[in-house]
Amino acid sequence: MSDPDVGAPLGRVGAPVRTQGPVGDSATLRDRSRPGRRAYSLPPLDVPEAPVAAEHARSERAGLPEVAERDLVSHYTRLSQRNYGVDTGFYPLGSCSMKYNPKIAENAAQLAGFQRVHPNQPDHTVQGSLELLWRLEHALCEITGMTRATLQPPAGACGELTGLLIMRAHHERQGRQRRRVAIPDSAHGTNPASVRLAGYEAMKVPSDARGLVDVGALEKLVDEDVAGLMLTNPNTLGLFEEEIQRITEVVHEIGGLVYYDGANLNAILGRCRPGDMGFDIVHINTHKTFATPHGGGGPGAGPVGVTETLVPYLPVPRVERREDGAFRLESGFPDSIGRMHGFLGNFGVLVRAYAYVFLHGRDGLKEVAERAVLNANYLAERVKGAFPLEHPDGRPMHEFVATARRLKEETGIRAMDVAKRVIDLGYHPSTVYFPLVVEEAMMVEPTETETMESLDAFAEALLRAHQEAHRDPDILHEAPVTTPVRRLDEARAARHLKLRW
Amino acid sequence: MRFAPHTNDDVARMLEAIGLPSVDRLFEQIPQTVRLHGELDLPEGVSEMEILTDLEGLAGRNRSAEDLVCFAGGGAYDHYVPAVVWALAGRSEFYTSYTPYQPELSQGVLQALFEYQSMICELTGLEVSNASLYDGATALAEAVNLARSAPGRDRVLVSGGVDPRYVETLVTYGRGAGYEPETFEVVDGRGGEPQVGEDVACLVVQHPNVYGLLEPARELFGAAHAGGARAIQVFDPLSLGMLAPPGDLRADIAVAEGQVLGNHLNHGGPYLGVIATRLDDVRRLPGRIVGETVDVDGRTGYVLTLQAREQHIRREKATSNICTNQTLMAIAATVYLGWLGPEGLEELGRRCASKAAYAADRLTEVEGVELLFGDAPFFKEFPLRLSKPAEQVRDALIDRGFLPGIALPDADGHALLVAVTERRTREEIDGLAMALKEVLA
Repeated sequence: MSDPDVGAPLGRVGAPVRTQGPVGDSATLRDRSRPGRRAYSLPPLDVPEAPVAAEHARSERAGLPEVAERDLVSHYTRLSQRNYGVDTGFYPLGSCSMKYNPKIAENAAQLAGFQRVHPNQPDHTVQGSLELLWRLEHALCEITGMTRATLQPPAGACGELTGLLIMRAHHERQGRQRRRVAIPDSAHGTNPASVRLAGYEAMKVPSDARGLVDVGALEKLVDEDVAGLMLTNPNTLGLFEEEIQRITEVVHEIGGLVYYDGANLNAILGRCRPGDMGFDIVHINTHKTFATPHGGGGPGAGPVGVTETLVPYLPVPRVERREDGAFRLESGFPDSIGRMHGFLGNFGVLVRAYAYVFLHGRDGLKEVAERAVLNANYLAERVKGAFPLEHPDGRPMHEFVATARRLKEETGIRAMDVAKRVIDLGYHPSTVYFPLVVEEAMMVEPTETETMESLDAFAEALLRAHQEAHRDPDILHEAPVTTPVRRLDEARAARHLKLRW
Repeated sequence: MRFAPHTNDDVARMLEAIGLPSVDRLFEQIPQTVRLHGELDLPEGVSEMEILTDLEGLAGRNRSAEDLVCFAGGGAYDHYVPAVVWALAGRSEFYTSYTPYQPELSQGVLQALFEYQSMICELTGLEVSNASLYDGATALAEAVNLARSAPGRDRVLVSGGVDPRYVETLVTYGRGAGYEPETFEVVDGRGGEPQVGEDVACLVVQHPNVYGLLEPARELFGAAHAGGARAIQVFDPLSLGMLAPPGDLRADIAVAEGQVLGNHLNHGGPYLGVIATRLDDVRRLPGRIVGETVDVDGRTGYVLTLQAREQHIRREKATSNICTNQTLMAIAATVYLGWLGPEGLEELGRRCASKAAYAADRLTEVEGVELLFGDAPFFKEFPLRLSKPAEQVRDALIDRGFLPGIALPDADGHALLVAVTERRTREEIDGLAMALKEVLA
């Protein structure tokens, strides 16, 4: 590896800028408030004023800030500059697929014919929307190997709950009450939380030495009290479950269903499909695989596809096509689990996902997976000398889990310190301390939209941090120093709760 | 159209570095038997211009509030979204970021959410808000889960004045959580006499309710408390410039559809789930919560806090499974409330209420039209009884350029729910009255 000091652009290109507001660096909008200032404007009241009965009236005005529009713009522009997005720079946050969000998808979602549609309009006035949902549903089914899908869940975790309620409805229909759902020990926290919300108990499935599901252990664990298994593939360690067919068979043999958590779907687009592996239920995170922007925490969308047997349980309303080609929303499915969202889900997010899927098409989607896996393997190769892979014998797919365990033993520097140093070197760090089963985990997912140069530069940053850990560990203990605030006291935040001004 | 930047030369050099002869070898651990042989049955990829043409075609087949004068409500409303809202919330440093797991790189989103939580508390008169949930209906499901934490209190009583879509969502969530919401009937569109026994966890009241009517909320919440149950209010954030806030009405938990706070109609989403409660409940509150703290130099900063409630720490013992929420919509709401200010909130409420009152007067002057529930008080939405089936009347009015409201199943399908926001002018209201007269003639 080259000398990190003369490596590729290790600047502060990506770090948020520090700007000074007029009333202090950490001022809130309320600090800018002055009585009598205002931003709003409304047309004159053109009808007689109607009072609200005293018993219902508010007694004093809400304590909202009073600011001019110019203050509002300056305040939130400044806040945006204290934030790092994919547009700012490289964002290899493992498990989150932080790829480039195409601008055309934003424009599409902002078309008045989508943005200004009221959700309670009758079907004959929204044929364009319904056709879009229909086409997207069928494209997602083709991609995942499912029969039908619901686009209603507004996020992946809601998709999980939807899938598990479908699982529950299926078993109830079979007259077999089951109590448990099996989950690998490396699973994302939403899996066990969703299992409980669906009225099941979570049951842990151990991994073997290769980081894959221990099939022998699974065979012993599952019995007729098990409703199903939830699994990501590639799994949370970024490895493909090579015995996936045996795994799904084991669960099917006891009458269980197998649920595919789509967090890692990006790795296999156009290469293989959950349906062909034996999965019965699939959720997709559109903000991962299909590049819908994550909005600093949301919105997402979590469509759920199912095999033919499970179609009757899908949520309502569903988009159906009539013989004359017209689309309509239908709710008359007696076995449906019901409604998962107030309306049709995060429609505006689904428009963006549609734009992404059909821009890429069958050829482009396959290339997405190829380049995502290529980038992850290349980056793993560049850094594994300093940060070994947790499972060096397995071929990583779209992401890899490295560990700072050795670095910690040698220098006391932890994965979090490396992450904070990477921030000073101009990048968003990888996910750290997940999956929980890996000590000092660093989960790196470069995605397909990064150039070889940015991978090289990020690798240099990690290697530089590694060298510094040995040479001058205080740099890492102190990091970050270039950001608007430095390391924050999270314990204090939880102990002395201040959740509002 | 593709976004992967690799040249053929890049691919060759990267494969060489990895030590593999081809990209296919990267996938060799996938067993032959599960590989997709052949291609996905999807069209070839297209250019940006082509996808835009396709999407413009689909959008063009929708009618919308762009070409219809919108009097539709029922949980989503055509309020004006000022230019400043999405000029700011739409900044890509916000919208292309992930959940703020690295707070030093995320102070913008974190502070905006802290301000959001603060403004929701100011608005509702309650003590604590989270950083958002999915939408109003799912926020109610989360509120009910929160309220069902007391042992022995499992039942969920819901007013007949709560939006049926919300109740349907509760029914679905209840399948997993182990409850079935029970509805108590309203009398002439509002009120009712809930029987709050010792096994009741919570009482849910929507105010203004599904008909737009003002509920005797203090009395209903009093009945809940007298029976030892929690009072949950579904509220309209934009009613709170005029109407007493949930905290003053003694609601314990307040939830709302936050679409009205600077978010577009978007055919039903993305919207914003608002939830606020009392401080005692903070450790059971679902979702992300932002707290203020200091950094190592003593500078004020913000972090996700009380994470021990959440799924990534507590796993199956978490208060909720929510992970991704509606942060961007919450940021839009924050900018919007900053734009309105206290006076704007009140003025906007006054316009909605006054225009709705005017519309009710004008529309009931038409022969064959009367208020469904007589002189029951309402805020910005009210139900009419029509002399003809409401769906038929609605469709005829759509042909005349009006989206006149929502056809309700009440009154044997002769009921129409009409909403009036600050956007509707006197001229448009008069126009609707005239068109309705023609249609009913």
